Amino acid sequence: MAASCRLKPLSRVAVCGGTHGNEMSGIYLAKHWLRDPMELQRGSFAVKPFLGNPRAIEKRVRYVGQDLNRTFTTEFLSSAEAEDEPYEVVLAREINQTYGPKGSAQAFDFMFDLHNTTASMGTCLIVDSEESLLPMHMCHYIQMHYTRSPCPVYLYKLPGEETYSINSVAKAGLALELGPQPQQVVRADLFTQMKDLIACALDFIELFNKGTVFPAFEIEAYKITGRMDYPCYPDGEISAMVHLKLQDKDFLPLNPRDPIFQTFSGEEILYEGNTTIYPAFINEAAYYEKKMAFAKMEKHTFSIPGLQRE
Amino acid sequence: NCSLPVFKAPVRRVAIFGGTHGNELSGVFLVKHWQENGDEIQRTGLEVRPFITNPRAVKKCTRYIDCDLNRVFDPDNLGRQITEDIPYEVRRAQEINHVFGPKNSNDAYDIIFDLHNTTSNMGGTLILENSRNNFTIQMFHYIKNALAPECCPVFLIEHPNLKYATTRSIAKHPVGVEVGPQPQGVLRADILDKMRKIIKHGLDFVHIFNKGTEFPPCTIEIYKIMEKVDYPRNKNGEITAVIHPSLQDQDWQPLNNGEPIFLTIDGETINYEGDCTVYPTFVNEAAYYEKKQAFVKTVKVKLTAKGIRSSLS
Repeated sequence: MAASCRLKPLSRVAVCGGTHGNEMSGIYLAKHWLRDPMELQRGSFAVKPFLGNPRAIEKRVRYVGQDLNRTFTTEFLSSAEAEDEPYEVVLAREINQTYGPKGSAQAFDFMFDLHNTTASMGTCLIVDSEESLLPMHMCHYIQMHYTRSPCPVYLYKLPGEETYSINSVAKAGLALELGPQPQQVVRADLFTQMKDLIACALDFIELFNKGTVFPAFEIEAYKITGRMDYPCYPDGEISAMVHLKLQDKDFLPLNPRDPIFQTFSGEEILYEGNTTIYPAFINEAAYYEKKMAFAKMEKHTFSIPGLQRE
Repeated sequence: NCSLPVFKAPVRRVAIFGGTHGNELSGVFLVKHWQENGDEIQRTGLEVRPFITNPRAVKKCTRYIDCDLNRVFDPDNLGRQITEDIPYEVRRAQEINHVFGPKNSNDAYDIIFDLHNTTSNMGGTLILENSRNNFTIQMFHYIKNALAPECCPVFLIEHPNLKYATTRSIAKHPVGVEVGPQPQGVLRADILDKMRKIIKHGLDFVHIFNKGTEFPPCTIEIYKIMEKVDYPRNKNGEITAVIHPSLQDQDWQPLNNGEPIFLTIDGETINYEGDCTVYPTFVNEAAYYEKKQAFVKTVKVKLTAKGIRSSLS
């Protein structure tokens, strides 16, 4: 068996709530931790909670000018200041200053990003790719120790694509995506689940920093391959809804010729792909403006090498 | 002699409103579909007009632009002089009142079905504005029977202070249709289907009534609004507790003294303190955080309607 990979211990960790101003679990939690940071503290590292998009939070909207969670690309981060830039571009540069710079040695070691979805994704863990060793070990640890519900792992980066999310500013990151929850609503059950998941993840970091050896393992994860858009009328309005049989079936297999949409006249539209895929973000409110009905994923089993601190 | 039916003129003009709140999508998409293909909503001898009430809010997929359209159909706002800075929804209310009203006149539409969604677990709820409107109570009795064994709660919002001036209130017989749970900005096939069935049965009732069927006196169980309950707040006005997991999704279920209603962020439970069993509704409705409403208390009441029969048969 190969020796464990060794990584530096983590010393600076950030937790972000309200990257989207209407995803309430993270906003309430971040505000709570800003008032009372004790719950977040462990012995061997510092945890800094913060609110991602204050203006969007105040207005209880996803974003004011553009989606903050798509703004952490080189294009936006290194653009020169201009008069009428979207609020989120200015904000992204500030966040990059405080928690980055992205890609540099000064960047925070880890960032958690707290999200909700209107889709039935349960307690989903989002990592950029299976090659991110520390986050993958963290997911495995969470799956072993948080047993109230399954925690599917979602790998969001398409091959060749640049990372764009807020937690890509740090050296490593994990997003929690909990649903279903309507925008602007706080459900006590999801709020509690998210709190407990973060506690579990911070326990992992503490164990890692203290020298625990985490052996190699195999893990099932869902890797994004593309998206399925809504059928639309010529004027751009959607012409069909997510089918009754697909609604709420995130992470369950979708086979060729399974129904995916139903029109307002009652016709069914079937999935025309050749292979079984696994949908997620089924009927997410925020994706209507992109006309995206769900994300398409493949299920893989990855072998992850062992890990311990340097 | 109380066994004689009340004779009522046949119904001629019905409207179906969608998009009173632009992010409550079932009504938006049903109305848009019916505007393209209205076969399903037609009944002989009856004009049924589907209509989008707040098109600018619909376009932005937001509840409202300047103010809540479903609160401005009061005499003051309807009679207000139009100036440059009048809120969009007040101007729109006056336009709607002109086309489908005027409110309280003989020219007003007979029935308006106003289609809404809620993030609360209210199922398919019918909203009644007036406890003495025999025709509407008879319609609700008909719809409830048609949907049975599926539940169809009836919510009476008649109250000296809490009643609000709805878009549908300009009609002689306003009917609120509130279906949930559905997030704002989301279109669920099951929720749309439920709303569609309610409208179908409502229109069937009108058609059957117009043909001369006598509807004998009937009694229905309804939930009457008593009081709004706000979230606990600190001295800065910030919410300090959320709906308790035991109350979440329990719209229309009995709530007794001593039972949990809120959970603070630190994990403490706050219990309901009251003399009688109440039936909460609009539990954790997204749009009501700004209206300072965590849930609404109702009590169960029996309402009786006189028999009715169309007068042209």
